Amino acid sequence: MDLKFTAEEEAFREEVRSWLEENLAGEFALLRGRGGPGDEHVLYEERRAWERHLGAAGWIGIGWPKEYGGKDLDLTKQVIFNEEYARANAPGRMSHIGEHLLAPTLIAFGTEEQRTRFLPGIRDATELWCQGYSEPNAGSDLAGVQTKAILEDGQWSITGQKIWTSLAHWSDWCFVLCRSDQESRRHKGLSYLLVPMQQDGIDIRPIMQMTGTSEFSEVFFDNAKTDEKNIVGRPGDGWKVALGTLAFERGASTLGQQLSFQNELDAIVEMAKKNGAAKRPEIRKRIVDAVIGLKIMRFNALRMLTNIEKAELSREALIMKLFWATWHRDMGKLAMDVLGPESQLAEENAELTALQRLFLFTRSDTIYAGSNEIQKNIIAERGLDLPRVKTVLK
Amino acid sequence: MQFAFSEDQHWLKSSARRFCEENAVLGQLRPNIPAAYSLSIWEQMSQELGWTGLIVPETYGGAGLGFVELAALQEEMGRYLLPSPFFSTVCLGTNALLTAANEEQKATYLPRIAAGELRVAVAYVDGDSPHSTDSPVTMKALREGEHYSLTGKKRYVLDGLTAQLLIVAAKASDTERIEFFVVPEDASGVTRTQRATMDPTRCLADLEFESVKVPVSQKLDGSKHPDQVFQAVIDSAAVALAAEQVGGAERCLEMAVAYAKERHQFGQPIGAFQAIKHKCADMLLQLESARSAAYYAAWAASHAPDELSSMAALSKVYCSEAYFECAAENIQIHGGIGFTWEHEAHFYFKRAQSDELFLGTPAMHRERIAQELGL
Repeated sequence: MDLKFTAEEEAFREEVRSWLEENLAGEFALLRGRGGPGDEHVLYEERRAWERHLGAAGWIGIGWPKEYGGKDLDLTKQVIFNEEYARANAPGRMSHIGEHLLAPTLIAFGTEEQRTRFLPGIRDATELWCQGYSEPNAGSDLAGVQTKAILEDGQWSITGQKIWTSLAHWSDWCFVLCRSDQESRRHKGLSYLLVPMQQDGIDIRPIMQMTGTSEFSEVFFDNAKTDEKNIVGRPGDGWKVALGTLAFERGASTLGQQLSFQNELDAIVEMAKKNGAAKRPEIRKRIVDAVIGLKIMRFNALRMLTNIEKAELSREALIMKLFWATWHRDMGKLAMDVLGPESQLAEENAELTALQRLFLFTRSDTIYAGSNEIQKNIIAERGLDLPRVKTVLK
Repeated sequence: MQFAFSEDQHWLKSSARRFCEENAVLGQLRPNIPAAYSLSIWEQMSQELGWTGLIVPETYGGAGLGFVELAALQEEMGRYLLPSPFFSTVCLGTNALLTAANEEQKATYLPRIAAGELRVAVAYVDGDSPHSTDSPVTMKALREGEHYSLTGKKRYVLDGLTAQLLIVAAKASDTERIEFFVVPEDASGVTRTQRATMDPTRCLADLEFESVKVPVSQKLDGSKHPDQVFQAVIDSAAVALAAEQVGGAERCLEMAVAYAKERHQFGQPIGAFQAIKHKCADMLLQLESARSAAYYAAWAASHAPDELSSMAALSKVYCSEAYFECAAENIQIHGGIGFTWEHEAHFYFKRAQSDELFLGTPAMHRERIAQELGL
């Protein structure tokens, strides 16, 4: 057991830290602490410019093989980059869906032609991506996907509706899970298509959330087109490829996310000290529990990194989503309770305060990317081998 | 970054598991009578397997290993609730000597502990208040020439009846600090009383000291940080306890899951119902998180001493509550059978409760964290 970073890793950390310090300045200084969940709607042009700046400096796709324009850095260094990015309060990313979800999927399952076509645009942040998985009738039960894809005259023609698509209105492309075999049921007969967003067959309608802002949209496909070759894997492989993408959702970004949580928690602790809430026994206990929870999340993540090369999902990886989502949601409530009556008041320009956004937005943490209830089923079934929930087919 | 046991550590852990499983005695325990450990099993543990020398440096005849290895053993003992004076002798006694003793004192006692010739108890809880396990030491050690004179009562002393050497915490009249004093088995003026206990896997005694004379040379005085000695001993013992709590919690989860698969109601295993599955998932989350905390704390105790204090507090809070939850839910998932003496579930439930009180309650350790945060 050795829980220290090596000297070389610490040197890399220093390199990242000083680059961020030097570059989050001038025109980019105003981006610190902006963007990300609950604040996704702001500063589009400036953040877009920042993403291109990151890409030009080689900080996008650092874990990809060198032949695809990456730096081939190991997982520990990717983690260090993400930690420093969060520590610097650098802005919420816009090209992360392409970088962290689609790119690894293309590297694992795509053709050489697809990698050559799409990876440079992700690396330079010139093309943004969104994920088309959930549908009105396929939420927790993703295998219920109904969006149709029909191949005719060398083109896929896509008809149906996706929902909860993050950043759809800014995206150039969408990876869409659709049913290409109309006779099929459940997870058979699905295909994973890459679809351009700027076309007549696609209509994007933002969903106004309880925050009053929109980062999710509904996306309507009405005979939307994409070229025959824009399929990842073969027709019918969609389920396998989509699950592969979901597996990439965990990993390197986890520890960076925890540093953002640390920044939020630090602010709440400072506030509680300042306004005296920290002296109230119940608040005091909840703050300490939040501090303990965040540290334990870090230990779980460090264990997960040690075990990530193993074929089967380790137990500490299985519990990660349930733990952080519940912890973060509880912290959102703690923020309001520390603030007390003042928590009722929005900004004078009628915008929500950062903590109000946190309070409201964390309600979605325990719902998206597998709700807490689904997570518990997965933990019980995969981690403890308890009997599976039966699927009732109509 | 390698957050996992090495091959050697893994081997130690699996051999400990086999030994503890073979020698587990829960079925033989009787209500409220503390488990008498078998001397022959203790001899095997200490002399043949060398466990009492595990963290004793090689110069004193030990294996010179650290807290990660100790955690591996503790986890397996906690898993089978193996009755023995290991915790009192090694996790408290040896640690007190390693932390506080001078060279001569170490050379006197550590080789005998490593050889399995000396069972130790550490007495540090004073008074009768309901919060006494969280309260500071008040017992006085009066300096009288070349002796200290100890008078007072120590409560809840783990293995206090059978220990051959007592290490007693008291406030010295000359230094005004809490110091540890070594009191030999045959010292006059010591009265030991075994107590009946709800948790029969813990042997607790009351000790009365009536003007017990301890030579000045038997005050442990080898630490460079004498003000921090007392807390450091409690903290390192708490780190060892956290691993035991992980072992116990894991056993509870395994029992619950096995039963949920085999017990059928309404025509299916009860483990197919989400009400049961979700309980098991919550238990797994707590168990694995407790494990991460306990292992990290063990690593810190040996390799990052600056973190010992905060990690001891953190793991005492989290592992105590995780163990209690797992032990309680194990009974609930078993239903009626889980409420019987015949089933092992209650031993873990009682142990989880006594572990929670041992070495400071979660409430006390939370307050330490709160103060560290400046709340």
